[in-house]
Amino acid sequence: MTGEMLIILALVIPAVGAGLIGLTSWNANVRESVTLVTAAALFLVVMFILGDVLGGQSVATGAFEIVPGLELAFNVEPLGMLFACVASTLWIVNSIYSIGYMRGNNEPRQTPFYMCFAVALASTIGIAFAANLFTLFLCYEILTLSTYPLVAHKGDDNAKAGGRVYLLILLGTSMVLLLPAIIATAVIAGTLDFQVGGILAGKAPDGIIALLLALYIFGIGKAAIMPLHWWLPAAMVAPTPVSALLHAVAVVKAGVFTVVKVIVYVFGVDALARAGNAEWLVWVAGFTVITASIVALRQDNLKKRLAYSTVSQLSYVVLAASILTPISIVGAAMHIAAHAVSKITLFFAAGSIYTASRLTEISQLDGIGRRMPWTMAAFAIGALSMIGVPPTAGFLGKWFMLTGAMNTGQWVAVAVIIVSTLLNAGYFLPIIVQAFLKPPGKDVKAHAKGEAPIPIVIALTATAGGTVLMFLFPDIPLALARLLAGV
Amino acid sequence: MIADNLPALQVVLPLLGAVVCAMLRRGTLAWGVALIVSLLMPLCAIGLLLEVLENGTISYAFGGWPPPIGIEYRVDIINAFLLLLVSLIGAVIMPYAKSSVEAEIAPENHAWFYAIYLLCLCGLLGIAITGDAFNVFVFMEISSLATYALIAMGRDRRALLAAYQYLVVGTIGATMYVIGVGFLYSMTGSLNLVDIAGRLADIENSRAVMAALAFLTVGISLKLALFPLHVWLPNAYAYAPSMVTSFLAATATKVAVYLLLRYYFSVFGVAVVFEELPVTEILLFLSLAAMFGASIIAIFQEDAKRMLAYSSVAQIGYITLGIALANQSGLTGGIVHLFNHALMKGALFMALGAVFYRIGTVKIDDLAGLGKKMPITMGAFVLAGLSVIGVPGTVGFVSKWYLGLGAFENGWWWLAFLIVISSLISVVYVGRIVEVVWFRPISQAARSAKEPPLGMLLPTLLLTAATVYFGFDTTASAGIAGRAAELLLAGLR
Amino acid sequence: MAILEQTVAHYNHWVMIFLMISGLYIVVARGNMVKKLVGLGLFQTSVYLLYISPGKILGGTPPILGEGLGPYSNPLPHVLILTAIVVGVATLALGLALVVRINESFGTIEEDEIFAEEDDT
Repeated sequence: MTGEMLIILALVIPAVGAGLIGLTSWNANVRESVTLVTAAALFLVVMFILGDVLGGQSVATGAFEIVPGLELAFNVEPLGMLFACVASTLWIVNSIYSIGYMRGNNEPRQTPFYMCFAVALASTIGIAFAANLFTLFLCYEILTLSTYPLVAHKGDDNAKAGGRVYLLILLGTSMVLLLPAIIATAVIAGTLDFQVGGILAGKAPDGIIALLLALYIFGIGKAAIMPLHWWLPAAMVAPTPVSALLHAVAVVKAGVFTVVKVIVYVFGVDALARAGNAEWLVWVAGFTVITASIVALRQDNLKKRLAYSTVSQLSYVVLAASILTPISIVGAAMHIAAHAVSKITLFFAAGSIYTASRLTEISQLDGIGRRMPWTMAAFAIGALSMIGVPPTAGFLGKWFMLTGAMNTGQWVAVAVIIVSTLLNAGYFLPIIVQAFLKPPGKDVKAHAKGEAPIPIVIALTATAGGTVLMFLFPDIPLALARLLAGV
Repeated sequence: MIADNLPALQVVLPLLGAVVCAMLRRGTLAWGVALIVSLLMPLCAIGLLLEVLENGTISYAFGGWPPPIGIEYRVDIINAFLLLLVSLIGAVIMPYAKSSVEAEIAPENHAWFYAIYLLCLCGLLGIAITGDAFNVFVFMEISSLATYALIAMGRDRRALLAAYQYLVVGTIGATMYVIGVGFLYSMTGSLNLVDIAGRLADIENSRAVMAALAFLTVGISLKLALFPLHVWLPNAYAYAPSMVTSFLAATATKVAVYLLLRYYFSVFGVAVVFEELPVTEILLFLSLAAMFGASIIAIFQEDAKRMLAYSSVAQIGYITLGIALANQSGLTGGIVHLFNHALMKGALFMALGAVFYRIGTVKIDDLAGLGKKMPITMGAFVLAGLSVIGVPGTVGFVSKWYLGLGAFENGWWWLAFLIVISSLISVVYVGRIVEVVWFRPISQAARSAKEPPLGMLLPTLLLTAATVYFGFDTTASAGIAGRAAELLLAGLR
Repeated sequence: MAILEQTVAHYNHWVMIFLMISGLYIVVARGNMVKKLVGLGLFQTSVYLLYISPGKILGGTPPILGEGLGPYSNPLPHVLILTAIVVGVATLALGLALVVRINESFGTIEEDEIFAEEDDT
């Protein structure tokens, strides 16, 4: 099959899957089988593309011109490939988990739920493979819109308010800041195609470049740079599989992915490093990392703590990208993948606890490790990865980041990484200690009867295993990351 | 023979159709006649557009009197585009009209309704096609009088008030227009627009010409509901029968915008209007006021139709903004938004009409939970709503893209930001409906609702699909708009 | 003195302006719907003057081609205004019909009273 066909298939499969899910709403078993088959098919196609990319072939589609200067085109480059691999792999696990979770909690409106999920995946693949800013922007907006119903899924006042914040911040930042930035790029650079070395490099005075960079960074609201992060905690009202989608599979990953992509292919790493107009970004990202960690420390709600942890971890990626050296770009790419598998494990664990025992607060979790050993073991692995302890995936990304920061003498970045690692340990280790070493508290005694439904346990074990495996066998992501950074 | 007389047929057919409808007196038969005429109209328009694209401007001497003595029908790429737009909307809406009209209009009035509707269509097409300043006035009044009558047929008694208000304001507008034409006539001695443009070149800047420009601007602005001259519009749209609202929202204001374009660019010329007079500043300010003011008012409406009406006022702001920019990209954006807005507002009002058909109300609170009962209709509503917001992949984005480019081309960064911020406000009012429709428990009124009959559903879906289709394939919309903008800026006559 | 002469010479304009302003004033200031229509009629009438008075040549003949005739007055404004009058009559008729219907359903044709009633409901 040609590369063009494969890309189109990767985009069409989840979209068609969404339609089929809608048509099979009459039978839950059929509907969920369709979801799984779609996810598996997408995974296969992505693997084929991966084979081509690693084999050094270029995989791209022709361009479809909408208006002069605006084209719909797809082109697989290493970073997008990595992102697509992560998203399509985790979708399978997430689907298995969703089935257990949605059934276990008797959630309403399951058909639209699975449909929106599939559409979100289609747009994620679109973001990953986009060949130009417009295509990326199009898929970015579709992702926002298709995940909004998922966030507001419960339909009560709380969920609606969360959904409102989610939609307004994400749509607002992308329309008010990102779109003008894209228009300006089109006017200044004369093209929107991603090109190695950056399309804006040397096209505009430093001041304009700095302004555009700010527009992009804050316009990409999905990257959750402070102060535009609060949609993420607000979206915590969503069911856990959705949180996993937001935090691990698609949404925030799409955000930092776009940031890295813009820095690498629109501005150009070298051009930015020469002009030195991205230094402020190190500070902003560093501030977000530290502040979000401190906020996370103070959260008692488990999902809220995880949400702030995400905010902080995302800014790692932005920080790594803003160090502007090839090795740190490798770190950024690795961290996208590593954070995805670890954070999804953590959310799965949180959802598992909720499904099995209805507990949501950390202070209620004394001794829960004895009742739910699988869940909490997986949680521990995920948490260690967040902190960056080997043998987990989180170590890799941090290693490359630190190396990059030290090589270029960016001591601010080094300090941020070290301090935040301590903070991460500060808010994750107590949970593990509490769960395994303390005797079961009254909440655990009253509610926790045992493990969650089988699909949930399978899913979280798989992702926890993945977290370790990625540390042991990092060849494929590393190869892609190196291709991206050109080292 | 037929091909030669297409310009005349474009106007005469609906006029004759109206007479036939009035004589038939039977609702269904009249509908049949109106349907046939409405379906023939786009054929004429397509014929004209193809002819124009191939051979350039068509000049048709009505009654065989050569211009400038006789009335000239003059079709160039801009009004061919507009003719196609108006007649297509008219054709799409006729199948829809049957059920909607049966539900909302007393049976004995059906034939009259279709007769008046065809008169309105005739007037709008006439304004677009004629090249004679006074003839424009006549057609303007034909369409306006028909519109007043159509609005007054709404079920709510407040429709009468709305029609009366519109009559007063509309007549003032039309009279202002005639005053402007009067000044032009006394200065140039001609009523043919091309002829006037030629003769004005010698006497520009006289005070009478400036007065003419001022009167024409105000008169036409009343018709196109330029903020703050829009007060007639929300009531008129809210209380008119659903089919009338959909039709007017998609066509009437667009024709008025065309007229403004024609006078500004073809008759007076860019140099006079935009360089010597502060028209840019005034239009820019009023457009921005519309985009923000009307959008914010829309958020607080209780009635979905009124909400959309205010949204229309705001969207007209985008069109006039494009005119004010007066550069290639900006003007293209304005003209293409004329087309795009017709599609999206047509679809939105038709979806609401379908809701009204089923539950007899369009109060926002009564729409609660409708997403479960009428998923297809409401899905179409949401999609068209996304177009109003300007999400990429819909027509709204194409317009916004061009307007943004236009702002940058003039070096007005701030304006590009204002454009996108104003579209953010539409997220609020569209989002509000989405929330009510999909995430609230089903309201009392919506309990027994179901999808509307196919005759209403298919046209709605067709227009909705068009809002997405023309978001990707823009050769027919932005392509033609771009050429039109180019010609207008070059002083097309 | 010159200004005065000019003012008097263009007396037709003054009549026109007076009619126009008073018509508009009535439309805006009166709450009675029939009176509003009367104002609208006055406003339109001023336009008739605007067209016809400049077309008249003092001492001119009817526009007939022939020996000893001419210079003649421009006939076109008359034709145009004939059309405008027809339009005006149609507008007035429709407006009055609407007022009748409004009177039937609201029981009054005073705008203030109707709006007060609407606010109550």
